[in-house]
Amino acid sequence: MIAESGHYALVLALALALIQSFVPLIGAWLRDPALMNVARSTALAQMLFVGASFVALVALHVTSDFSVANVYENSHSMKPLIYKITGVWGNHEGSMLLWVSILALFGGLVAAFGNNLPLSLRAHVLAVQAWVASAFYLFILITSNPFLRIANPPIEGRDLNPVLQDIGLAVHPPMLYLGYVGFSISFSFAIAALIEGRIDAAWARWVRPWTLVAWIFLTLGIAMGSYWAYYELGWGGWWFWDPVENASLMPWLAGTALLHSALVMEKRNALKVWTILLSILTFSLSLLGTFLVRSGVLTSVHAFASDPTRGVFILLILCVFIGGSLSLYAARVSSLKQGGLFAPISREGALVLNNLFLTTACATVLVGTLYPLGLEVLTGEKISVGAPFFNLTFGPLFVPLLIAVPFGPMLAWKRGDLLGAAQRLLAAGIVALLALALVWAWAHGGSALAPPAIALAVFVILGSVTDLVERVGLFRAPFGTAMRRARGLPRSVWGTAFAHAGLGIALIGIVCETTWNSEYIGTMKPDDVAHVAGYELKLDGLFQRQGPNFREMIARFEVGRDGESLSVMTPSKRSFTTRGSSTTEAALLTRGASQLYISLGDVTNEGAIAVRIYHKPLVLLIWWGPVLMAFGGLLSLSDRRLRVGAPKPARAQPRLQPAE
Amino acid sequence: MTRKQRRMTIIGGSLAVLALAAALVLNALRDSIVFFSTPTMVAEKHIAPGKRFRLGGLVQPGSLQRGDNLAVTFEVADGSAKLPVAYKGILPDLFREGQGVVAEGALDASGVFKADTVLAKHDETYMPKDVADALKKQGHWKDDYGAKGNATPAATTAQGNPQGAVR
Repeated sequence: MIAESGHYALVLALALALIQSFVPLIGAWLRDPALMNVARSTALAQMLFVGASFVALVALHVTSDFSVANVYENSHSMKPLIYKITGVWGNHEGSMLLWVSILALFGGLVAAFGNNLPLSLRAHVLAVQAWVASAFYLFILITSNPFLRIANPPIEGRDLNPVLQDIGLAVHPPMLYLGYVGFSISFSFAIAALIEGRIDAAWARWVRPWTLVAWIFLTLGIAMGSYWAYYELGWGGWWFWDPVENASLMPWLAGTALLHSALVMEKRNALKVWTILLSILTFSLSLLGTFLVRSGVLTSVHAFASDPTRGVFILLILCVFIGGSLSLYAARVSSLKQGGLFAPISREGALVLNNLFLTTACATVLVGTLYPLGLEVLTGEKISVGAPFFNLTFGPLFVPLLIAVPFGPMLAWKRGDLLGAAQRLLAAGIVALLALALVWAWAHGGSALAPPAIALAVFVILGSVTDLVERVGLFRAPFGTAMRRARGLPRSVWGTAFAHAGLGIALIGIVCETTWNSEYIGTMKPDDVAHVAGYELKLDGLFQRQGPNFREMIARFEVGRDGESLSVMTPSKRSFTTRGSSTTEAALLTRGASQLYISLGDVTNEGAIAVRIYHKPLVLLIWWGPVLMAFGGLLSLSDRRLRVGAPKPARAQPRLQPAE
Repeated sequence: MTRKQRRMTIIGGSLAVLALAAALVLNALRDSIVFFSTPTMVAEKHIAPGKRFRLGGLVQPGSLQRGDNLAVTFEVADGSAKLPVAYKGILPDLFREGQGVVAEGALDASGVFKADTVLAKHDETYMPKDVADALKKQGHWKDDYGAKGNATPAATTAQGNPQGAVR
């Protein structure tokens, strides 16, 4: 009953989406407000029905209804409740349902809080949103229906893949999808602007908060996924340049570029044509990511054995939307008027530079991700493009970008003073050089590139601090005045500083982890002691434990330093009987921003166990950086000038009406 | 600066960055890509010792031998040829005899494949795509490789592997 209701709700959502795809457009054409307002009601109703459908699937998983194929394949009655819920999106069908649910959620939010948008713009935006939604509803209903029944229901399910039975699954995919799908809003706004042939600074002001929301979630989603892979896969790696990771990185790079170019458009009414193109490209990359993950065309850790109809269907969606939107762009772009002028050395110029490097870096990732696929199609030769490729291309492109980061916010709009900015950054530069010298003197071994990279990171962090200091006049004005000014600074200025500093912090983490990571791999018997980076790890013994749906072998390590006992670490190996597979649960001990990391291998015949112990210096900075960036985004979002969803009184309307 | 000069500056700058990126990409593609081979292809192609590639196939049942200090040797087979592999380290959770595996490394002078990475990143009903394709091409694919342990009552979908469903 629940399954059928869920299925039915999804069909209704498709019907609503189809209405929403066309009626508002006809309304906009006839200039009929009633027809245009249909978009609002259908978007809200769609959100409701998809929501109901999603809740139905959750209910099926929670009640362990194994007559539904999706539940049977991915659940088990003994599984803890949290994994029953998260297991809903731990499989193809369920995760696609989550995808459209989030799409409908965003559509609903635009409908609910878009009262200050011009009526026709809102109608167009929601119609475009509905095109995307219809395509994906069809995809789910035709190729990946999560509500299919099994004729002879089995008694027990096949359990969720053990690797996914982790709290990471509760957070990572929804975050990532909120990011991916959130870019559909800027896409819809871009297409709406192209259809209407009108775009101005106010448009950018509407688009920016949505882009920012998507970007914040995507940033956190990627960081969360990286940390999850780090502790769950047991290899101590946090980024593998895996095609599916690249699939999430590309929209992030393009989305970051979009955030910055939308800023230029909002403040200076320039770069319109480029911003529209970036909006289209960002969401296209999100769609491409969905295709790469869902079709299983690429070999990857995430490779997916799914039937080819799905791949073809998504490829079709991909071609229609990317091809269609780019054709529309080509046809209509000339109708958009060019905006304000600026000198190459100016805030706008710096943002153009940012966009240039971000999109080029994004393009290299795209090449590296798709090249093996292209080569296989053309020559049948199988290759893999791994970390060395990306280190050689992505890395060098990020260096000039990072050098430019502190300069950007210091340059004035329209015409900047590079020399002045350089003078103000002199202190930051000197400290960065000192850092370089210090690291060089202290570091033993490792890459010669590490000290300059750390200096660069220090420069980026201090550059953001310098910007704040300069703005509030700290050290020049009395302290009280400076504090008052600091409170008065727009939140977006603080946001910029935090986001940029986060970049530097993540870079320090990346460099330290990759350069001065120390490891011990070997077999240990009880009472053996391993020495890693000044720590002594003594294996106390091995214990067995029974979990809810797995058996677990725990190794107990006593961790000490200089003869002093610090803590106990208990890595384990779990074997899941239902799937007959096992997972390695690494143990982590956090010391400041560094971590000790133990993961277990097999037990040998003599009762010794293979262990892998890492000391990862400052590794946590890799994820604190993105968190700081997301926090900066949040601050920027709370800036007065773009409070999302603040109800606007009627008299505010003329101010936001585009100047015609 | 006139409008035209400004535009030329931006376009020139963009072209310079794109050229730089293209140079980087071409350089990296020349040096850092890794080809995939099966034992049969290794025998046919005479890959030079020291040249890195990815070896894929099935772990020959009974061939796994553990030495001292985490050294392991096993054979990778694809039905018509076998290749000995030496590896030092912890094998992944999903590594089993008779199952698909992909190893990355190079041949040494005596014809042993020295692997520095062993990937068995699939669940037990699924095989790395490269390996499955290669086996199919050589006619050694048996349908039960994919269906082993996968006695689904309803003929529904194939199963997802670790994070395919998630990301």
